[in-house]
Amino acid sequence: MSASSDVGYHAQRQARWHYGEIAFWLIVLACGFAFPNRYLIMTDILRLALFTMSLDLILGYAGIVSLGHAAFFGVGAYAAGLLALHGIVNEPTLALIVAGLAAMVLGFATSFLVIRGVDLTRLMVTLGIALLLEALAERFSNITGGTDGLQGIEMQPIFGVIPFDMFGKAGFFYSLTVLFLLFLFARRVVHSPFGLSLRAIKNNPLRAAAIGIPVNRRLIAIYTLAAFYAGIAGALFTQTTAIASLDVFAFERSADLMLVLVIGGTGYLYGGLIGAVVFRMLQELFSTITPQYWQFWIGLVLVVIVLIGRQRLHRWVLYVPNLIIKQVAGRKAVVAVPESDA
Amino acid sequence: MTAILTNLFDGVAYGMLLFVLACGLAVTLGLMNFVNLAHGAFAMAGGYVCMVLVNRMGWPFFAALPLAFVSAAAIGIVLERTLYRHLYARSHLDQVLFTIGLTFMSVAAVDYIQGSSRVFINLPAALQGQFDLFGVGIGRYRLMIIVICGLLTIALQMVLAKTRFGSRLRAAVDDPRAASGLGINVPQVFAFTFAFGCGLAGLGGALSAEILGLDPYFPLKFMIYFLIVVTVGGSSSITGPFLASLLLGIGDVAGKYYVPKMGPFVIYTMMIVILIWRPNGLFGRTAAR
Repeated sequence: MSASSDVGYHAQRQARWHYGEIAFWLIVLACGFAFPNRYLIMTDILRLALFTMSLDLILGYAGIVSLGHAAFFGVGAYAAGLLALHGIVNEPTLALIVAGLAAMVLGFATSFLVIRGVDLTRLMVTLGIALLLEALAERFSNITGGTDGLQGIEMQPIFGVIPFDMFGKAGFFYSLTVLFLLFLFARRVVHSPFGLSLRAIKNNPLRAAAIGIPVNRRLIAIYTLAAFYAGIAGALFTQTTAIASLDVFAFERSADLMLVLVIGGTGYLYGGLIGAVVFRMLQELFSTITPQYWQFWIGLVLVVIVLIGRQRLHRWVLYVPNLIIKQVAGRKAVVAVPESDA
Repeated sequence: MTAILTNLFDGVAYGMLLFVLACGLAVTLGLMNFVNLAHGAFAMAGGYVCMVLVNRMGWPFFAALPLAFVSAAAIGIVLERTLYRHLYARSHLDQVLFTIGLTFMSVAAVDYIQGSSRVFINLPAALQGQFDLFGVGIGRYRLMIIVICGLLTIALQMVLAKTRFGSRLRAAVDDPRAASGLGINVPQVFAFTFAFGCGLAGLGGALSAEILGLDPYFPLKFMIYFLIVVTVGGSSSITGPFLASLLLGIGDVAGKYYVPKMGPFVIYTMMIVILIWRPNGLFGRTAAR
């Protein structure tokens, strides 16, 4: 077997659906039926998962460290809010796509700034863009409602048939559907030759360029796509909570997002989903212990994760599952986290 | 005309303050290539130490300032030896995560100990109010800041350029391997520099309580300002960050005075434009490592 077909074989094997993945999604769906009085928090987790998946696309696959991903979330959130508030696009799914596209346009425009320079410049530019948008949203308070946020948003029924109910059931299944569809697309993208070229860029941009990958174009493409995803997540936020306020742009949101992704692990798409669940549970736990100071413990978690080392941590977590798989199926570890960051 | 001069004066004072706050970061971020987003936490620590000493224990303001420096430096050296030094070789992502974590912890901890409201340091009467100099309103406190920070800047430049320690530091930064081969204790030099930078931040934090406002969210609010100073100023010398701080201070004060509605808009736009135009900073060296 030649080396190139070997690579293709492995790439194809990676791209195949595993039983574990199908089980994962079935469990998520089952949660929707099993906890009918937890819809609000579960919707929140789904939203966060989608947002994190968006960061994973650029950080985990392309190696772009962003400290201002909330910018796109915020644009999506305000776009969806304004569309619904002024009755421009009434149908939620259509509004969702329009909001996503709005964020995507911003993502495309700013991607040219982000691909320039090294890590540090990227950090600064992404952070600066998010802060700039926050300042803008505050400045044009006649449009955005300023610090009060957009109020009185009333969502129309989905497809004109399914209304949003006060228990959040429709919101949950709506979010789940959106998340799943976008996940399918992201999965397709990262396993395509395009996705593989992104990993090559992340591992070594110089070599990637040397084998003929157009580095800048690929980075622009993935950054734009990630902005679209973040915009959708923001729009979901507005649609399911009927609020859009200035804090959608907040630095804390971008920082928390990083924590979520780091908890879940980068570069295999499920990191966002798992991280979102763990993060929200941690947050609940900490805020029951100390309602006002939960941020301290979140910070501590970050520090500890980094000090132990993310790779080592993931090895520990996966140790038991892999042991079971080895015993039962008699093959080498199936669940592995591909890790090599920036 | 006099309003312009007064604004200019305030801007210079503000800029000098930013320089003292951020020049420690210029060393860690610019020279040691460590992304330290928690730099503001050290400034906050210094500010709170000064506040407690002056307000609660009745120390004179000028006696409390050196202690703000010392305490922030002490915290800095402890953290450097125990935590930071393990992260020098790690990826930028790890450094960002770690220092964001530290920042969150410091914010919540100070909130827990001192409460979340803004605190003020009781100033001696000699520093309050302002006087007229050829019709230009000069704030006494701001004048003191300019004097202190100006002297510090000159001293720093002298230390870096003339002393043995300065040349060791420059050698360690230019090529750590060759420097340690020459018998320079590179980790020690870095640790000392880090602590000194934290101390300066602490001093800056104590001085800035009056102008910037001191509350538990200080590290988050001003993080972007410190980063701007360093990234725009570059890291080849301390002149770069110094000029960048002055530019930022004057720009921010003028922006708030003449176009108050645009808020911080001016600063962020300026930063992004400069970074795009010259990714390594206005006065930076040609290649960032």
